[in-house]
Amino acid sequence: MSIIKAENISFTYSQGTSLEKTAVDNVSFSIEKGELVGVIGHTGSGKSTLVQLLNGLLKPTSGKIFFNGNDIWAEPKKIRSLRFNVGMVFQYPEYQLFEETVYKDVAFGPANMGLSQDEIEQKVLNAIRFVGLKENILSKSPFDLSGGEKRRVAIAGVIAMDPQVLILDEPTAGLDPHGRDVLLSQILDYHKTKNNSVILVSHNMEDIAQNANRTMVLSDSKLVMLDDTAKIFSRVNELEQIGLQVPQITKIMSLLREQGFPVSKSVLTVQQALKEIVNLTKGADPFL
Amino acid sequence: MTNITFGQYFPTNSIIHRLDPRTKILSAIGCIITIFLCKNAVNLALMSAFVLTSIKLSDISVKIYLKSLKMVLFVVIVTSVLNVFYGQGEPIFQLGFMCITLDGIKNSIYIAVRIFLLILVSSLLTFTTSPTDLTDGLGQLLKFLYKFKINVYDLAMMMSIALRFIPTLLEETTKITNAQKARGADLESGNLKQRIKALIPILVPLFVSAFRRAYDLAVAMECRCYIGGKTRTRMKILKFKPADMWTFVVLILLFSLVLTANLVGIFW
Amino acid sequence: MPNTFIDIQNISFSYDEDNSSDKIFDNFSLKIAKGDFIALIGHNGCGKSTLSKLLNGLYLPQTGNIFVDGMDTKDDNLKYEIRKKLGLVFQNPDNQIVASVVEEDVAFGPENLGLDPLEIRKRVDYALKTVDMYEHRLKAPYNLSGGQKQRVAIAGIIAMQPDCIVLDEPTSMLDPKGCNEVMNTIINLNKTFNITVILITHNMKEAALAKRVIVLDKGRIISDGKPREVFSNVDLLKKFSLSVPQATELAYLLKGYGFNLPDGILDEYECAVAVSQMLEDLKCR
Repeated sequence: MSIIKAENISFTYSQGTSLEKTAVDNVSFSIEKGELVGVIGHTGSGKSTLVQLLNGLLKPTSGKIFFNGNDIWAEPKKIRSLRFNVGMVFQYPEYQLFEETVYKDVAFGPANMGLSQDEIEQKVLNAIRFVGLKENILSKSPFDLSGGEKRRVAIAGVIAMDPQVLILDEPTAGLDPHGRDVLLSQILDYHKTKNNSVILVSHNMEDIAQNANRTMVLSDSKLVMLDDTAKIFSRVNELEQIGLQVPQITKIMSLLREQGFPVSKSVLTVQQALKEIVNLTKGADPFL
Repeated sequence: MTNITFGQYFPTNSIIHRLDPRTKILSAIGCIITIFLCKNAVNLALMSAFVLTSIKLSDISVKIYLKSLKMVLFVVIVTSVLNVFYGQGEPIFQLGFMCITLDGIKNSIYIAVRIFLLILVSSLLTFTTSPTDLTDGLGQLLKFLYKFKINVYDLAMMMSIALRFIPTLLEETTKITNAQKARGADLESGNLKQRIKALIPILVPLFVSAFRRAYDLAVAMECRCYIGGKTRTRMKILKFKPADMWTFVVLILLFSLVLTANLVGIFW
Repeated sequence: MPNTFIDIQNISFSYDEDNSSDKIFDNFSLKIAKGDFIALIGHNGCGKSTLSKLLNGLYLPQTGNIFVDGMDTKDDNLKYEIRKKLGLVFQNPDNQIVASVVEEDVAFGPENLGLDPLEIRKRVDYALKTVDMYEHRLKAPYNLSGGQKQRVAIAGIIAMQPDCIVLDEPTSMLDPKGCNEVMNTIINLNKTFNITVILITHNMKEAALAKRVIVLDKGRIISDGKPREVFSNVDLLKKFSLSVPQATELAYLLKGYGFNLPDGILDEYECAVAVSQMLEDLKCR
C-alpha cells in the first residue's frame, strides 16, 4: 500500500475573489514507502503549494489525500498528528530557530508530540547525529552557530519527530558546493537507514538526477510527468520546452546522440557517462 | 486581514488621487476641525455634501467606504445611545431617572454624523494617497521642525522604510507560522496564557529576522552613500497645481460659511 | 598591470583586532584591471565576502592599503567618492531595496549624492532600461520575482554611474530563471558598458563566464587565471573541495583514461564537440 496518495487534488488561493489563483490543478499520484521522489518545476509551478497540501498545512479545495490509506481531512481536528508523520523542512529553515539552546529547539517537535523526557532526549540525540553535528553543540545557542550549522539544526528539528515521510523544500539552497554535497549525503544516509519516504523539491537538477528514484515534473499547476528519474531526464526536449534545464551531463549525452553516437538515453551521473563513452571506444577497430 | 480597509491605498487615476499629498493632508485636517465646529444641521449637511462629493470624485467604490464605516458602527451606536440621555430641555419621554429630550436625540444624531464624517475624511485621505506620497507630504509639511533640531528627514526615511517592509514581514510571519505548525506547534487551542506562550516560536524568529534585515539594509544604504539629513535631493518634487489651489479656495469658502452660520446662529 | 583599477597592497585583516590569530587576510595582495570581469570563488569563510566590504571602505585593513582608482580606502574624505565609483550588490535582494516603488528605490543612490531632480530622473530611467526593468518602474518591489528584485538592486547601483560593481553571491537565492536574468545583466554591464565586474560566487558555471577567475582559500589565492586555465586544474579544485562543472569533470576523467581532449572544457556544448571529435578520430561511430 502506498504511504501517500493524492486523488485529483486542486488548490485555489483566495477563492471567490478577484485575486483567485489556482496553484495546484487536479493532481493525482501515489508515493510508496522507502521511495525518494524528486519534485521539479519552475517558480510558480505549484511545487510549494503541493507539498504544503501533503502535510496538511493547506486543505485542498477539491480532491482527497490519503496517508497510509486514511483520508487526512476525515477529522480536521487531528491534522496536527499528521504533521508529525509527514515532516516538512521549508526553504531556509534556519530562520525558524527560536530556543535558547540547540537541544530545546530540536526538542520542540518531539515535545509537541507529547513524548516523555527520555524519549525526547533519545530522538534529539539521534537527529543531531544524522545531520552530522556533535553532542557538544546541544547546549549552545542556535544563534551563535554558522549558517551551515543552523541549517542542520533546523533539519534535525524535523527529523527528530521521526516522520514516515520527510519533505524537503530546497534543503541546500544558498549553501556552498561542499556544504551542499555533505548535507545531501547526510539526508540520503538518513533515508537509507530509516527506509522512510523522502520528497525532495529542488531547482538543482543534478541533485535530483543523482538521488531521486522517481521524479515529478510540475508545470502551470499541473503534474505533467511522473516516472523513473532516468526516464524523465531522457526527455530532454520536453523538459526544455517547459523551461527546465537538464543536468549538464544529460545534455552532453543528448548532444552526442544527436551526432549519431549510440549512447544511452538515461545517463544521470558523470560516472555513467564515462562508462558509456569508454564502452563505445572499445568497439573501435583496434588496428587503427 | 483583507477585511480591514482602513488605512489602505486604492490606486485609481481620479482627480483626488492626482492632488498633491500636502493638499490632501491639510484639507483633511481642515475638514476635521470644521466638522467639530459644526453646531447645526445645515452646517453638518453642508459638510456631508462636501465629503460625499469628494468620495464620488475619488472613483473608489462606495462599498469600500462603507466597509470602513462598519468598523466604527459599534462605537457610534454606544456614544449615540449614551448621548440621548444627556440632553437638556423639555423631556419627551421619561422612565425613572432616564429622560429623553428632543435636544438629546438631536445631539446623538449630530455625534453619529460627525464620527462618520471623520472616518470618511481620513479614509478619503489614505485611500487616495500612496503611503510613499503620504510620508513625503508629511515630511515636507513638517520641514519647519528641522529648525528645532528635530531631524524630519530621517524620520520621513524611517517611516517610508517601515512601510516598505510591512509586506515583507507579513510574508515572513506566514512562513514562520507554517514552519512551526509543521513541527506541531498548536496555535489554535488552549487558554489565553497558553496561546500567548504559543506565539513565542513565531515572535522570536520574526524579531531575529527583522534585526538581520535591518542590519543588512543599513549596510546596503551606507554602500549607496546614504548620509541622511538635508543634503539629500529628491527625484520627485512635490508641486502645487491649479487643482490644489481650487481645493483650498473651496475649503476656505466652506470653512467661512460654517463659521458665519455658527456666529449668526441662524437656522435652529 | 596597465589600467589598474583596484590595487590591494599587502593587507592584513581580522574582525577581532586583538586576536591576530584569527586573520582573514594576512599579507594579501591583488591587482584588478579596469574593464575586467573577475569571478571570485571559494568556500564559505574563505574571505571573499570580507574582501567585498574591504574594497569600498566598509571595513579597513589593519595593515597595508587598498587603492580604488588611486584613492586610498583609509582616507575618510574619499569614502563617498569611492562608494560612488565602486557599488556593492548583496545576496538577499529583499534586504537592499529601500523604497516601496521600483523607480524610487533606483533613485535612492543619486538622491544621496544630492543630484538635480532632472538628472536623477535621467539616470533612473537609463539604469532601469540597462537592466531591462523599465516597464516595471512603478511596481512595488514585493510583487517582483527574485531575479527582477536583484536587477532592481543592480539598477540602483548603475544609477550612481560607477566604474566597478561588486556582486556578493547575487544569484544564490534565486531560481534558475532568475540566475540567468541576473547573469545576462552582469555580462551586458561588462561587455556593453565596460564596467569592471567582480562576481563573488559558488557557482562554477557562472565563474566560467568571467574573463578571469580567482580561487581563494583561507585568505590566500590558490589559483588565478583565465577560466580555461583554472578549470583545467581539476585536481587542485577538488583538493579544496570545489566542484567543477560536470562537462569539465567528464573531459578530465576521459583524459585520465588516456583519451586526447583539449584542456579546460567549460560547458556542455564544448564538451559534446570535443567528445564527438575524439570518437570520430577513433572511428567509433
